[in-house]
Amino acid sequence: MADTMQFDLVSPERSLASLQASAVQLPGAEGDMTAMPDHAPTITTLRPGVVRVQSSEGDAEFVVTGGFAEITATGTSVLAERAVPVAEFTQDMLNDFMSDAIDARDNATPEMLDDLAKRATELASVAADLGLSANA
Amino acid sequence: MPSLKDLKNRIESVKSTRKITKAMQMVAAAKLRRAQEAAEASRPYTARFNAVMAGLAASAGGGDAPKLLAGTGSDQVHLLVVMTAERGLCGGFNSSIAKMARAKAQELQAQGKTVKILTVGKKGREQLKRDLEDLMIDHVDLSEVKRLGYNHAQGIAADLINRFNAGEFDVATMFFSRFESVISQVPTATQIIPASYEASDEDAADSATVYDYEPSEEGILATLLPSGVATQLFSALLENGASEQGARMSAMDNATRNAGDMIDKLTIEFNRSRQAVITNELIEIISGAEAL
Repeated sequence: MADTMQFDLVSPERSLASLQASAVQLPGAEGDMTAMPDHAPTITTLRPGVVRVQSSEGDAEFVVTGGFAEITATGTSVLAERAVPVAEFTQDMLNDFMSDAIDARDNATPEMLDDLAKRATELASVAADLGLSANA
Repeated sequence: MPSLKDLKNRIESVKSTRKITKAMQMVAAAKLRRAQEAAEASRPYTARFNAVMAGLAASAGGGDAPKLLAGTGSDQVHLLVVMTAERGLCGGFNSSIAKMARAKAQELQAQGKTVKILTVGKKGREQLKRDLEDLMIDHVDLSEVKRLGYNHAQGIAADLINRFNAGEFDVATMFFSRFESVISQVPTATQIIPASYEASDEDAADSATVYDYEPSEEGILATLLPSGVATQLFSALLENGASEQGARMSAMDNATRNAGDMIDKLTIEFNRSRQAVITNELIEIISGAEAL
């Protein structure tokens, strides 16, 4: 069994990471999951959260605002709508993400509302995890 | 025959024009590099996204597919999304996109369809306003935008999807310029709603893999289709940005060269008339001396 797999993290604006990883923790829409080499092929949507990557070069963490991940036996690619390395994630960015989520919630149709309300709450909990406050 | 002073002024003015076009060319070259980098950075995302969507769309191609994918079942009302630059002085860039959109609008009207136009970028709006103003439903202004981000595309996409859900149109086509090289930008029309995703040969092998879907295939498709519209718009906007700078660069390069030619010609004319004046003066002195 191979002990690493290809990991790619791309957002529409740039490609953030492309490396050999041993495990990737993803904030899946239906709960967190960890993808390791030889995982069953899966496509899952992501909720806002933190993607944690373990590789031989050390661990890396990225904040994502949603998107989806494609997991195959040989690799995992995360297609995030927006992604930022945790170290670069600032209060300003959070406020930005938050206000986007709140705007979307306020302009949403009733059936989308639940989903988007959840987004705002998820972001708040990410913020709490990272020691930032979400008073957008 | 212009006087020496006129010619001198003329040369000075062409020289300063050349300085301006030269500067614009260099600015465009720098911006082009940035725009190209941005377009390249978005490519991996777009490619993967399309590959996944192609797989999903192929398996969800049944009758109950979401409207964004399957369409409304009618193609009576067409929305043309015309993307152009906010600024001119970039050769035929804006005109060629506007021309293509106008031709399409007339073709659709001739077929008895209803046409609506949404413009992104001031220049396209100005050009289409002349004969198609009554078809325009909205305009997206990006003139304040310094650095084009995915959120701008998302904004436009959300607006389009709202209009689509409200039944304002059946088919949306976007017009933009595909960046081939600095000297070649190809105006392109792409249908974005209903979306069509076709697997490339390379991906066809991948799509044989059976995926587990979380939450569900339909759920994912419903979430991803709106992002698909945004992704397509974003990559079109980036292509357009690179094309605009490429077109401006070559237009300004031409202008600089023309200004150089003009300066050469004017300088020759200037020297000729200067010599003519000197000759004239000499003749006058000599004939004056002879008369004595």
